[in-house]
Amino acid sequence: MRVAVLQGGRSLERQVSLQSGQRVEESLRRLGHEVHGVDIDHELVRRLVALRPDVAFVALHGEDGEDGTVQELLEVLGVPYTGSGPGACEQCWDKVVAKRVLATAGVATPDAVSVSSSAFKQLGAADALGRVGERLGYPLVVKPSRQGSALGLRMVRRAEDAPGALVAALSYDDRVLLERHVDGHDLSISILDGTALPIVEVQPRDLDPYSARYTIGQTTFTCPAELEPATASAAEALALRAFHALGCRGFARVDLLVDRSTGALTVIEVDAVPGLTHTSYLPVAAEAAGIDFDALVDRLIGLALRPEAPAATT
Amino acid sequence: MTVEDQHPDPPQAAPSAAAAAGAGPRAGEDTRATPPSAVRPTGDLERYAGLFSQRTRVMKSSAMRDLMALTERPEVISLAGGLADTTLFPAEDLAKVLSHMAAADSARALQYAPTEGMAEIRPCLAEVMAAEGTIVDPDEILVTTGGQQVIDLVCKTLVDAGDVVVAEAPTYPGAVPTFSAYEADLVQVEMDEHGMRIDVLEETLDRLEAEGRRPKFIYTIPTFQNPGGVTMSLERRRRLVQIAQERQILVLEDNPYGLLRYEGEPLPTLYSLDGGRFVIYAGTLSKILSPGIRVGWALAPAPVRQKMVIGKAGSDLNSSSLSQLFVAYYFRERDWRDYVDQQAAVYRARRDVMLEALTRHMPEGTTWTKPQGGLFVWLTLPDYLDTTDLLARALQHDVAFVPGRGAFLDGRGGNSMRINFSGVGEDDIREGISRIGSVIAEQLELYASIAGTARPRGGSTRQGSSEPRPAAGSPDPAIVPLRTAGRRRGQG
Repeated sequence: MRVAVLQGGRSLERQVSLQSGQRVEESLRRLGHEVHGVDIDHELVRRLVALRPDVAFVALHGEDGEDGTVQELLEVLGVPYTGSGPGACEQCWDKVVAKRVLATAGVATPDAVSVSSSAFKQLGAADALGRVGERLGYPLVVKPSRQGSALGLRMVRRAEDAPGALVAALSYDDRVLLERHVDGHDLSISILDGTALPIVEVQPRDLDPYSARYTIGQTTFTCPAELEPATASAAEALALRAFHALGCRGFARVDLLVDRSTGALTVIEVDAVPGLTHTSYLPVAAEAAGIDFDALVDRLIGLALRPEAPAATT
Repeated sequence: MTVEDQHPDPPQAAPSAAAAAGAGPRAGEDTRATPPSAVRPTGDLERYAGLFSQRTRVMKSSAMRDLMALTERPEVISLAGGLADTTLFPAEDLAKVLSHMAAADSARALQYAPTEGMAEIRPCLAEVMAAEGTIVDPDEILVTTGGQQVIDLVCKTLVDAGDVVVAEAPTYPGAVPTFSAYEADLVQVEMDEHGMRIDVLEETLDRLEAEGRRPKFIYTIPTFQNPGGVTMSLERRRRLVQIAQERQILVLEDNPYGLLRYEGEPLPTLYSLDGGRFVIYAGTLSKILSPGIRVGWALAPAPVRQKMVIGKAGSDLNSSSLSQLFVAYYFRERDWRDYVDQQAAVYRARRDVMLEALTRHMPEGTTWTKPQGGLFVWLTLPDYLDTTDLLARALQHDVAFVPGRGAFLDGRGGNSMRINFSGVGEDDIREGISRIGSVIAEQLELYASIAGTARPRGGSTRQGSSEPRPAAGSPDPAIVPLRTAGRRRGQG
């Protein structure tokens, strides 16, 4: 089968995407496919038209790849692709939108307030920061609404640190979230073909979240996470509900927190295009379920071809 | 460490808190002590991470490094480089010299060479040093693979895990991974417009001594420092050499830019002031001839040099014979000074353009250094702005710089950046600085609107300063490197 592995592009997470893409390419070759790595740029549509792949593997991270733009193009071109459709990608990519959708579906997320840069510049939103602080309490988390890999994410411990953190987050996106900080365990639940894979508990060993996430050995994964069966099944059910609420297809990764004192579960985000680097959580979860990386890639390709079922054969 | 304490779940707090809260679902309390049995690393993690050395733990992915990869997009005006402009090198010269070398000496060019370096290249390197007034015996020169290898070999020779290395703050970002790889404990000493603060250095050395820690060496780029752009004064040079001799500490003098001086009087190297007793000298042809040939060199006290030679043999046996012979032929057939002078003239004009553009486009509250030579300007913003985040914004406007945090190992530098004027043309410098200025102004304005201050706060600002922006060739030796910018155009 001819597979185009879409990667790179000009997003801030280009390097992460190239890592995912390279790993996927190697795997696809082992699986015997005809593999074409495509670093996305303004030639993308022309290249795809010329290449006529049987399927596109979306190994993109950041804007364009995760926000549904590329998926929309693939729909137009009639190229089957891995992962969720444009709508789901768009909703997951924008954390403010995702929060609203999840709230409507009754999925708990940490209390948060979203503010745009124009609200500060034009509407005097700064005067509301005191109330926001009272409502959410300190420390609170500030993050860009649309950005991955924890870029621009800041922990704010005191009110006077908020402006700097907000400016930092607003460097990445024009809208930011101020979110209640949940002191708890980080869980990551990958959904594959309608079922939850074993839960990964993530313990970063580096203060820098980016370094922790992408350096081998800087994060301890526990998979399956050591949870009480009731907590585990509640977390799985919640993850599945979040997955469906956002309209995801095939696979996605849901990040949750278990509150250390209350045990309450909240969804932090749903990643419709989860990373596949050597330190990404989805491959860890799959491996724990007995699905090695090649088998995982094979499954993802299979899922991409299933819905519309084009007459593709391997 | 280039880390920020901003993760919502500080990892060091997690285990104890979990145990204390008793929220952990585990029943047996002593399972806490044996988490490895519960950890199921994935295939690749298990296969490779378990084999990694302690040293590589400090070699980490960083957002900054990944962002830097984006600066190579063709549409980006990158002031992030530190490069000599190799388009200035006459291609026909390269072709002729290479063909002469190939015709006359191909067998040797293709053969191994002595670890210490080939005989023909040593006088050339001594000649380069003599041009700066440093007279050395060519036989004592150790030819290396770029100046970078000197830093590596010095660390390899001197540094055990946990040993102290003293450097400037900020220091050369490219040396930071080397210090880290040898698990050096880097202590950084601040600078002002006259280079490393020697008074602070002495305090630091006293403090270290009181703690029973003796630094192995002091790493410095005294002339046109990277990234600071400042130059160590003669008085401080003398004092530094004296301190090294008194305290018997080695100094690694890294001097890649010494010949790229655009104004002011040349200063003696630390090596020449010391006579080679406690100063190790690192030279390079990267900024004189070409970075691509990877030729550098070291001078060191004989016992240190001998160890460095053995260390080099373990790293790469010898530096490229092809490159060394090319250098020898080039020095024989051309006057190397012409090319240096030509580069210096171009860089000097670019520096002037950059300084003028900075004056024009930088908002209030920003300061920058005014280098008398070299390749870099160091720009500092109000402390509430973070230049790594700012780079993300700047990339949206297709312009790039080096965020300052990479020049520190202690978390400082978050509000500074290094900008280079040698790698791009004058129009691009003007446009690039204009874009960076706009992005900074936008962030300052945003901060003011959030913090509720009417105007961006910052350092003292001078409007219509009585001190004119010094023209190139100005006799003023200090050139007020940390001067505050004038007002933005259109505001004053």
